[in-house]
Formats: sequence, structure tokens, C-alpha cells
Amino acid sequence: MSFWVIVRISLKALSRNKIRSVLTMLGIIIGVGAVIAMVSVGQGAQRQVQEEIAAMGTNTLMVWTGSMRSMGVRGGTGTMNTLTAEDFEAMVYECPAVKAVSPSASTMGQVVFGDQNWSTRVEGYNEQLPALRNWNIVQGSFFDESHVKTAARVAVLGQTVVNQLFGGSDPVGQTIRIKNLPFRVLGVLDKKGFNAWGRDQDDTIMVPYTTVQKKFQGGVLYVQSGMVGAASARATYAAQEQITALLRQRHRLGPFQDDDFTVRNLSEIAETAEATNRIMTTLLASIAAVSLLVGGIGIMNIMLVAVSERTREIGIRMAIGARPGHVRVQFLSESIVLCVCGGILGLALGVGGSVGISQFLGWPTLISPNSIVISIIFSGAIGIFFGYYPAHKAAGLDPIEALRYE
Amino acid sequence: MTKTPSSSFDILASLSPASSGAPRLNGADSRVSGIISLREVSKTYDLGEVRVEALKGLSLEITGGQFVAIMGASGSGKSTMLNILGCLDRPSSGVYLLDGVDVSTFSAAQRADIRNQKIGFIFQSFNLLARTTVWENIEAPMLYGGVPKPERAKRIEEALKVVGIPEKAKALPNQLSGGQQQRVAVARALVNRPAILLADEPTGNLDSATSEEIMRFLQHLNRQKQITLVMVTHEHDIAAYASRIIHMKDGRILSDEVNEEMKRDA
Repeated sequence: MSFWVIVRISLKALSRNKIRSVLTMLGIIIGVGAVIAMVSVGQGAQRQVQEEIAAMGTNTLMVWTGSMRSMGVRGGTGTMNTLTAEDFEAMVYECPAVKAVSPSASTMGQVVFGDQNWSTRVEGYNEQLPALRNWNIVQGSFFDESHVKTAARVAVLGQTVVNQLFGGSDPVGQTIRIKNLPFRVLGVLDKKGFNAWGRDQDDTIMVPYTTVQKKFQGGVLYVQSGMVGAASARATYAAQEQITALLRQRHRLGPFQDDDFTVRNLSEIAETAEATNRIMTTLLASIAAVSLLVGGIGIMNIMLVAVSERTREIGIRMAIGARPGHVRVQFLSESIVLCVCGGILGLALGVGGSVGISQFLGWPTLISPNSIVISIIFSGAIGIFFGYYPAHKAAGLDPIEALRYE
Repeated sequence: MTKTPSSSFDILASLSPASSGAPRLNGADSRVSGIISLREVSKTYDLGEVRVEALKGLSLEITGGQFVAIMGASGSGKSTMLNILGCLDRPSSGVYLLDGVDVSTFSAAQRADIRNQKIGFIFQSFNLLARTTVWENIEAPMLYGGVPKPERAKRIEEALKVVGIPEKAKALPNQLSGGQQQRVAVARALVNRPAILLADEPTGNLDSATSEEIMRFLQHLNRQKQITLVMVTHEHDIAAYASRIIHMKDGRILSDEVNEEMKRDA
């Protein structure tokens, strides 16, 4: 007897009890749907962080002044002005793992062009920034070394700023006013979108950091922070050690003195963020998996009812020549069909749910082919696991007893 | 649709002319099979505290093509014997030879194959699959027997014609009268071309006119196709159609005689 013949017998049996079949499936539908939707939320968040980190450059390090790290005690001693542009320059020469650096200095300011104005971040960097942050120029060009040396009043605009100030027209070559000082627009940055913390990265203006220091910070010589590009993603930890050693030496810190700066490795941050996300995903998925388990128990319950309800049918089938194995396969395939159909419908529900979540809640979601395949295989496995006992019970019936059953 | 290869099927194929696809429904078959031989068969049920001896060392020979009625009061062991003859049950001791093969030691799966290939059952309560069409009911034994689809369709149409209800193929059992349901059951019992037909009170749920109709049909079938027919009944009227009547009491054969006044169809 062919396997498909038995499957057809099970399908017929299920279609005779449509409402019950659907209700039984409901547990699996909701379970699989919940798992898919939850995992998609978790994976969406994970991917967003990964993209964010990749956009920042996985081989990037951040260096801050000490006051950033210890607001209370150290802030009071007035040592926040410890980092200088020379510190960063020295890194390139002294640290073999460091490839490029850019000091940074930023401020907030009102920007005006024609009759439009907009308040935005004004970020100061050197000419290395596009390479460091993996950020391209779509129109015009970035500022160069001579602009940085002369603290030139030149600016490169983010997409949001372009939209706010220029509408549709071409900004390159125009002159805008930042905090009442005229700046020439050199270029426009590529669209970057929101970062993992929900900040619009395109809402920015980039100028040479020297310009920020001279024109907006009253000519200070220290910088608040800076970016460092390591030679490779693997070299970031070496770079971190080398920078720490170099800065301690340059700042003449004794062996018992704390660092007056902070070096943060971005892949470290990425790992932390990813670990957090993975824990969240696992947590959500396991809560959803509990409902899948409950659905499986529902299947077993209904199959047990079906076996005792159809005892006579089993007896008749045995009398006309069904082997115990045939009966076992019949009931097992009924529960597998229930679970796999439930799994497929649950998949649709989960995909719909995750689309709904990203549409209405604005959370990023990601449905990976893996989670689709796993959920279908898993629901089949539930069918086998929870269907085996009822099927085994049916196959073990004594044909005489079964025929006598009323 | 392929036949599942298995050792028991192989045994059947080599030993049973019935399973080799001889066209039994199409007219008289000269080959005689369906030879039953019980030797010192006992059946004891262990019901916890009490042990019930349903059969007590019973021996019986039935030649192929005989029509045997088994009579006896309830508790005489006639149902137990029919269950053993039908390979639904195994004897506690003794030997059951079916066409020369000792089937008393067969496993559950092997007995299922024997029931499928060599034995047809007719029950008092018809035992059709509920909410399943007549066509599918008759098809069921062939599904387990691995008969290919076109052959199945051919045999179902034939069987429906033989039992005289070709127009009821699409009907459900609960849309049929008792007599019609029993005809479907007979068609189902015949469709795998068995050597033996076992009937357990086949007319017990039918009125007397329908009973007579069914009995004449069974008698005709027995004579025409040389199918061994063993029937359990407690009605003398019904037993009268058989050529041999066995009376049982307390798990033993009380009498075993040729039926001189056998009712014959006109």
C-alpha cells in the first residue's frame, strides 16, 4: 500500500471534521505565527545594529576625553581638555595598528539659506572622515587637507539639511550661514538613514574641525573626541592598546593614575548590542515556543479523542486487511498534516504579523529563510512527536475488541 | 501504487491462488481453495480472577467450497471460533491450517495480510465505514492489498453489479436500506477475491424478506464461485441454507451433519 494512499485516507478523515481540524490547527497556527513574528522582530533589531556598526566601520575606534567617562570626580578637577589634535596626529605615526584618524568637535547651530532656516548639528572633522565612516559624497566633494589647515569656512551637507534648506535646487557652490557666518557648500553626503538609537544621521553639516574650534569654540586647542580607523577589523584591539599606551605617555600619567581619556572599540559595542539582541530574541522566541508546545499538546488531545471515537473504524479497517503499521501511519499522517498545514498558515500569520509590526509600530523586522524552513520542519516534528502516542494506541487495538466497540 | 514488498505478501503470493488474481467474480473457478483445518484448537481468556475456556480442544475440517452453518447458544464458543477462522484472533493452543499453511503462529501484520487476501467478512451490523461512499468502502480492501487504480475501478463496478446495486456507488451508507448496506458489505468482502467468506449473523439486522434475499444470494455465490462459506447463526431458518450444520455447546462440537433439507433457490 502506497504512502500517498494512506495520506489521502487521512486527508479525507480530516475534511470530514473541518471545524475540529481547524480548531486543532489553531494552536499550531498561533504558535508558529508567534515564533516567526517574534524572531523577525529580534532579527530585525539585530540586523539594524549590525548595519549601523558596519556603516560606522567595524574597524573604527572612538577616543573621548576623560570627563566623558567620569562626570562626577574627574569633571571637577578640570582635566577635560586633555585631548589635542596633536594627540591624534601622533597616533598615526606611533601606533602601527592605526591607519587614519580624525579629531572631532561639534556644536549645535542655526543654519540659514535664503528665506529658509534650520537648526542642526555642526560636526567638525578632518578630511579623513568619508573613509573612516564609510560615507560617500553624492554631489560635489568633501573638504581637503588645506581647508582643515586654514580653518576654511566650507561645509558638506547631509540629505535632511539639503531638503530643509534647498528643496529641489542644487546646493553645491551656494553660500549658507551657520550661526551667522557664511560657509561655502562643497558637497552633499549620501543618505544614511536613522541609526540604532533613532537619530537621523542625515540631519548634519560637516565642516573642518579646526573651523569649529576657531569660529564656534573661541579658539580652543583641545578636542572633545575623535575617530580612529584601525588597519583592519582584527587590528582594533591592538590599536586600542597602542593608543592607550601612547596617550598615557603623552599625558605623562604615572602607573597609579587613571586614564584621562576613554578608548572605545566599536566592535566591542557591536558585540554588546548583538548579545543583548540575541538574548531578547531567544527570550521572545521561547515564550512563543511555549504556545507552540501547548498547540502540540492540543493536537495530541484531539488525536486521542479521535482514536477512541473511531475505534470501530479502526476495527473495520483491520478486519479488511489493514496492518497495525497501516493504522499507525494513517493516524500519524493525520497529525502531521494538521501540524504542517497549521505551520504553513502560522507562517502566513507570522509574516503578516511582522509586516504589521514594522508598518504600525515602525520596528525593523527581518524574516530569514532559515526561520521559515525551521518553523515548517519543527511543526512537522511536533506532529510526529505528539501524534505518535495516539497512533501507536490505535495500531495496538485488538481488532475483535475494536469491532465490538459502540 | 505499488504493493508493499513484505515477507508475508511473498508467502501469500506463493501459496494462495486467490491472491494471484484469478478472476473469481467472472464465473466458476475450477480450482478449489479455502480449505480449513482446525486441530485440537483451544482458546482460553484470562479475565484476571477467572479463566474462561471458550474453545476446548476443537477439531474441524472444512473442504473448499463448502457452505457451513455454525449454530449454538450464546457462550457456546461459535463467535470465538469464527474469530479464529477469520485470523482476527489466535488459538491459545492447537493448530489452524488454512490451505495447508499454519496461520496460528502468524504475527498481527501477517494475519492482516491473510484477512486481506483470503478472507471476506460479513457482519450482523454491516460494519461499513461511516460517512464514506459505497465506492470507497468497496475500494478499501484493495487499497490495503495494493491493487492498482484502474483494476480497482474495474473490480468495484463488477462487484456492484454482482450484488445488484450498481447505481448506489456514490451513496453513503446511511442513505441505504439495511439490505442494501449488507449488499455493499458483501461486495466489499468479495472484491479481493477471497477463498473464504465468513458471515457472523448476516441477517440478524434484516427483516425476513430481505434475509431470504441475502441468503439466496450467498448460497448462489457459494455454489457459483466455489467460495468456502462459514456462517454463524442462531436461526434455524437461516442455517437451512447451508449444506452442513454444526452445533456447538460449551466450546465443543455437539453435532456435525449434512443438511438433508437444504433450502435451494428456485
